[in-house]
Amino acid sequence: MEQILQVLISGILSGGIYALASVGLALIFGVVGLVNFAHGEYLMLAMYFAYWLYNMAGMDPYQSLLINLAIMAVVGYITFKVIMERVLDSDHSIQMLLTLALSMVLQNLALMLWKADYRNIRIDITNDTMNLGFLTLNTPRVLAFIIAIGASVLLYLYLQKTFTGAAMRAISQNGKAAQLMGINIKKTYGLAFVIGTTLVGLAGLLLSPIYPAYPTVGASFSTLAFIVVVLGGLSSVPGAIVGGLLIGVIESFAGYFAGAAYQQAAYFLLFILVLIFKPNGLFGRS
Amino acid sequence: MVNRMLKLSNVNSYYGEVQVLKDLSMEVNQGEIVTLIGANAAGKSTLISCISRTVTSFDGEIEFEGTRIDRLRPDQVVDHGLIQVPEGRLLFPKLTVRENLELGAYSKRSRSNRKERLEYVYNILPKMKERANQMAGSLSGGEAQMCAIGRGLMADPKLLMFDEPSLGLAPIVVLEIMELIKRIRNEGMTVLLVEQNVRQSLKLADRAYVIENGRILMEGNGRDLLNSNEVKKAYLGI
Repeated sequence: MEQILQVLISGILSGGIYALASVGLALIFGVVGLVNFAHGEYLMLAMYFAYWLYNMAGMDPYQSLLINLAIMAVVGYITFKVIMERVLDSDHSIQMLLTLALSMVLQNLALMLWKADYRNIRIDITNDTMNLGFLTLNTPRVLAFIIAIGASVLLYLYLQKTFTGAAMRAISQNGKAAQLMGINIKKTYGLAFVIGTTLVGLAGLLLSPIYPAYPTVGASFSTLAFIVVVLGGLSSVPGAIVGGLLIGVIESFAGYFAGAAYQQAAYFLLFILVLIFKPNGLFGRS
Repeated sequence: MVNRMLKLSNVNSYYGEVQVLKDLSMEVNQGEIVTLIGANAAGKSTLISCISRTVTSFDGEIEFEGTRIDRLRPDQVVDHGLIQVPEGRLLFPKLTVRENLELGAYSKRSRSNRKERLEYVYNILPKMKERANQMAGSLSGGEAQMCAIGRGLMADPKLLMFDEPSLGLAPIVVLEIMELIKRIRNEGMTVLLVEQNVRQSLKLADRAYVIENGRILMEGNGRDLLNSNEVKKAYLGI
C-alpha cells in the first residue's frame, strides 16, 4: 500500500511537469489555431540555456530562472515574427510541415552547436530528498511540481480573470468577431505564442537539475504534449493540466507494474482508446 | 449643413474570380439612418465587411470623417468609432453575456470607460443585466441580437453598422430591434443598416440605397422608395 502511494505520488509529480509542458501547446492551438510540432524544441533550448548559464556563469537553474524565461520569451517572439506570422492564414497542412521543419532545424542546430552529449547539471539539490511520513520525495521534483502547477494555474487565471485573457478566449471562439471588437488579433496571437513557448521553456528549466539536455530531448516531450492536449480536449488549458497529471500517473503505474519499457506504450494505448471512444478528448464536448 | 461621415468612392470587391461589388459609391451623413436593401447575395454584407476591413480584397476609396480608412486593420477601424454588429450576431458562446459586452469596449477609444459604457448598455437593455452571468450561447435569438447590439454600443460608436439584425427573429422582436435602432440614432449615433426586411428598414430610414448584383440601382429617401413601384414590385411583392 505504501508503495502504491509512492508510485502514485511519483506519477503526480511527473504529471505536473507534463501539464506545464502541454498548457502552452493547448493555448497556441486554441488561440492561434496553430499546430506546433516544434513545441518540445523550446523545452530543449531552455534546458541548454540552463546548462550553459550554469557552466559559464555558475548560476544554478533556479538562480537563472528569470533570465532564462526572458530569453525564452525573446526566442518565442522572434519565431513568431520571422516564421509563424507568415503562415497564420495558411492551410493546417502547411503550418504542420513548417513547424515540423522548424523542429528538425532546431534539433540539428543543437546537435551542430552543442554535440549529442548528455549535458547534466549536478547541483547540491539534485539528489536531495524530503520525507513526508513514509514517503520519500526527491526535492527538485517536488519543487518542479509546485512551480509547474503554480504556473499552469496562473495561466488559467490569466485567461479567466484578465481583459487580455478574455480577448484570447474570444479569439479562440470567433476570430472574426474578435476583430470587430477592436482586438488586434495578430498581436494577441503573438502574445499567446510567446506565453506558450515560455511556459514549455519553464518546464525544461525545472527538469534541468534532474534530467539531461540533449538535442532530441524535446521531441519526446512534443509527442507527450500532443497526447496530453488531445486528452484534455485540444484547446482547453484546465483539460491539459488534468491530462498531464493523468499521463504522469499512468506512466508511473505502468512502470511499476509492467516495467519501464511499457511506460510509453501505456499512455499511447490510452491515447488510442480515447481517440476511438472519445475523440473530443476526455473533457471535450462534441 | 450636412456633415458627411462615411464616403465610399468607386469600390470594387472580388471574391476569387467573381466581382461582388461593382464601382460602388455611397455616403452616410452624420445623424442619419441609412439603409442598404437588396436581395440575397447582392453584395450588402461584403460592403459592410469591406468597410470594417475584415474583407480586404477590394479597391476604391473609403473615407471616414475625412480620413482614408481603406488600408487600416479591422481593429484600427474600430478605433475610429466605426463599429459593426455582424450578421448572425457572432457572439462568443462560451463567454458570459457580461464578458461579451465588456469585450465590445476592448479598443482604445472605450477601454478606460468600460464601466460607464456597461451601465449605459444595461440601462438601454435591462434584459442584458438580468442575463449578465449567463453564457451567451444560451441566449434566445432575440436576446442574442440584443447582446450583439449592446456589444456594439460598448465601443462608443460614432457610426454603427448593422448587418441583417432582424434575421431569423420573430416579427414582434424585429419591431423591438427597429425601435432600438431608432433610439440609438436619437442618442446621437449614426446608423448604416443592411436589411432583407425591406419594409421595416425603409420605414425607419432617412435615406436608402437599393443594391443589386453589386451595383447601386436606386437611391433616395426611405418613404419615397417605399412607395416606388420598382421597389414594391421587386422587394415587397406587391
